[in-house]
Amino acid sequence: MSAPSRRDFLKLSGGTIGAAMLPFLKALPASAATGDVLVVVSGQTINSLDLHRTGTNRSSYQVAVNCYDRLVSFGTKPAPGGGLSYDYSVIEPELAESWTISEDGLTMTFKIKSDATFWDGRKVTAADVKWSFDRAVSVGGFPTVQMKAGGLQRPDQFEAVDEETFVITLDRPSKLTLPDLAVPVPFIINSEVAKANATSDDPWAMEYLHTTPAGSGAYKVAAWQQGQQLVYERNDAWVGGPLPAFQRVVVREVPSPATRRALIERGDVQMSFNIPNKDASELDAKEGVDVYSTPIENCIHCLCPNFNFEPFQDANVRKALAYTIPYEAIFKTAAYGRGAPMWGGSAEINDTAWPRKSPYMTDMVKAKEHMEASAFASGFEVPLSISLGLADWMEPTALLMQEAFGQIGIKTTIEKIPGANWRTAALVEKRLPLHLENFGGWLNTPDYYFFWAYKNGHLFNSSNYLNEEIEKLVDDTLHIAMDDPAYAPNIKRMFEIAFEDLPRIPLWQPALNVAMNGASDYEFWFHRQLDVRPLKQVTA
Amino acid sequence: MASARAKMILGRVAQAIPVVAGVVVISFLLTRALPGDPAAYFAGPAADEASIAQIREALGLDKPMIEQFLIYVADLARGDFGTAISTGQPVAADLAARLPVSMELTLLALLLSCGVAIPLGVLAATRPGTWVDHLCRVLVTAGVSMPTFFTGIVLIYVFYYLTGIAPSPIGRLDFIYLPPPHVTGFYLIDAALAGDWTTWAGALRQLILPAVTLALFTLAPIARMTRAAMLSALGSDFIRTARAAGLARGKVLYGYAFRNALLPVITTLGMVFSFTLGANVLVEKVFAWPGIGSYAVEALVVSDYAAVQGFVLAMALMFVALNLVIDIAYALIDPRIGLS
Repeated sequence: MSAPSRRDFLKLSGGTIGAAMLPFLKALPASAATGDVLVVVSGQTINSLDLHRTGTNRSSYQVAVNCYDRLVSFGTKPAPGGGLSYDYSVIEPELAESWTISEDGLTMTFKIKSDATFWDGRKVTAADVKWSFDRAVSVGGFPTVQMKAGGLQRPDQFEAVDEETFVITLDRPSKLTLPDLAVPVPFIINSEVAKANATSDDPWAMEYLHTTPAGSGAYKVAAWQQGQQLVYERNDAWVGGPLPAFQRVVVREVPSPATRRALIERGDVQMSFNIPNKDASELDAKEGVDVYSTPIENCIHCLCPNFNFEPFQDANVRKALAYTIPYEAIFKTAAYGRGAPMWGGSAEINDTAWPRKSPYMTDMVKAKEHMEASAFASGFEVPLSISLGLADWMEPTALLMQEAFGQIGIKTTIEKIPGANWRTAALVEKRLPLHLENFGGWLNTPDYYFFWAYKNGHLFNSSNYLNEEIEKLVDDTLHIAMDDPAYAPNIKRMFEIAFEDLPRIPLWQPALNVAMNGASDYEFWFHRQLDVRPLKQVTA
Repeated sequence: MASARAKMILGRVAQAIPVVAGVVVISFLLTRALPGDPAAYFAGPAADEASIAQIREALGLDKPMIEQFLIYVADLARGDFGTAISTGQPVAADLAARLPVSMELTLLALLLSCGVAIPLGVLAATRPGTWVDHLCRVLVTAGVSMPTFFTGIVLIYVFYYLTGIAPSPIGRLDFIYLPPPHVTGFYLIDAALAGDWTTWAGALRQLILPAVTLALFTLAPIARMTRAAMLSALGSDFIRTARAAGLARGKVLYGYAFRNALLPVITTLGMVFSFTLGANVLVEKVFAWPGIGSYAVEALVVSDYAAVQGFVLAMALMFVALNLVIDIAYALIDPRIGLS
């Protein structure tokens, strides 16, 4: 389907396309005004229509969001910085009509909506849910890891009791299980269609679903030309939520940010997704274009001193770094003021709000005091590593840091690592003595962030940090409910240790920037991908 | 004569074999020498060691290098370029889809630039020191010194953003058109074959700005080479003789001088074509053109071994084929070559 013929295109859209296309063959602005079509440009390429496939990139997750349903979804709330945001604290039904959780928290019973159907008209059954969940925990790689975060690890945990009843059995109760069912990974596939296209080498139909989605979601894929565009066509029989406003959504790949900016400013496209901070701040000042900059929940840009590097084993050196960083200048230069500052917070920790400002700020006097008190008062040399793939914010940040660190005798050379090698060097081998890092967790609780970024050996703990108390605190807290009496004290203690030990020095919370010109009701999601379902047209 | 020519062609093909073999080995080794780890990359945003190992095994990267190479060569022998993990498609299919896209743009650009550069070069050579010569020099200097992405953005700014003459620079076709049925992959040809002139015009409109951008860039070497070759041809003995014999000016200029000057121009054209095809990534990015250059760069960024190897190999084969074509063209233009 990567190069669909005209006939395929007509067939897919059920023959209605002839009439639907007519208005667009005139000028584009006219079609935009009729409000049936939304055109989105994005710099990223969609490389698969199946999130479970190995090698599927992030921007492809939007297909799982828009074309497939999950059992549950998150609610909606106003976002800081304008627009709407998903609401982690509210779980809403999507394919499930209702659910119950047993007293001991080990058995979750979902009742599936009786009017839910797949695109081919067949009823969605519990057997489809089971097959899809079995697939997610069996295929390996990212989907399996993400399922595990919610305690979902083996096919024997899932049971289709009858057509509309699906039961999950857990090894232990966890507050992360229900939210983990609302992330893009556990999406529900039409298992009959998938099985009909599976082979003995490929029991999960990875080849087929890679190019041909088979779901029950709000949108079907009308056309996909890899490297060019994805066209969504509304599924009018969708029962997962309110029917979307746009009948057709075209997602065009336009790699050059300058071209994307020209398109959105002229209003030939209604949305430019994930624009650079610089464009966001400049477009914001212009009439006609709405810019939404939402701080990304549970994501912090950090400076990470590696504990493998001797000087950074000295707490005074790490604190000296934290007092030297020119936070304000970095936030203005590298982020163009988009996002939220993560420095200069109160020293006292009274709540569990997260992400939270560190108690550090630029203070050269204190920085020099800490340097003097350390075993490295005469200074040292260290490479400061950045990823070329993330150079837009890492490079200006590193340059400003280099200058500041020089003033306390830490001589840095900036080491630029190609994007393809970055993960290996920073996260897998964890060999970079001093580097910038930007982990963001999908499940929005601080203990989940700590699990990935502060526990020893875990992928995003690129500082090789090990603290026995943190290890225990995270293990104790990860699965308990947020209203458990132990939760708040544990979290506060984690914050205290993290700010004292500083394996990650917080800089700022980055923003996801979206520009709109002729559409409204954009909603931010933790997965940072485009959810086209809530978008509405603006009537001029 | 025909057999002599066939012999020459066969000889040239035979010479290409070691080149291709060398490219296979080098592209394999070079991709492996990249320090990136595709398994870590493709394991996704939140992977642990077990899942990275799983991916490595699935990609066959846990095997010893020599075994990987043998598997690769065996697959190649069967015409299988492997599967690009970044697109999830066979590399051969990816290349087949993207090569015509770049070819269409490059060929049109070259046609445009030849149409301007060759007459300009000839004129400049016949009237050295006049305004035509100076115009030629200015164009050549400007064409070479302005990077293509810059020219592209300036053209978009003027013709799309400010004046709105050009269509939205969002790729090969505005989304209001359906792509023509696939025959050659060249939209202009496919649309013409289908008799769909609306789409044909739509495709041409999208092509103009990127083609002009590329043409401005390729104009320089062609015009300069034409001018130089014409100058040296016009200064040579046989032209003096022809003039002394009282041949018509047109006959001297186009019948003798130009035909001789064509040889180096064709060589340059071949080089410019193959270079542009692989190197117009910047133009492709600016105009959202889904060509082979952006494919290769994206594959490199994620260390997608099969795709990078496939691209290098395809380009090498193209170079070899192109050189062959140029050699044959030589033989047609210059009777002294290849027939003795």
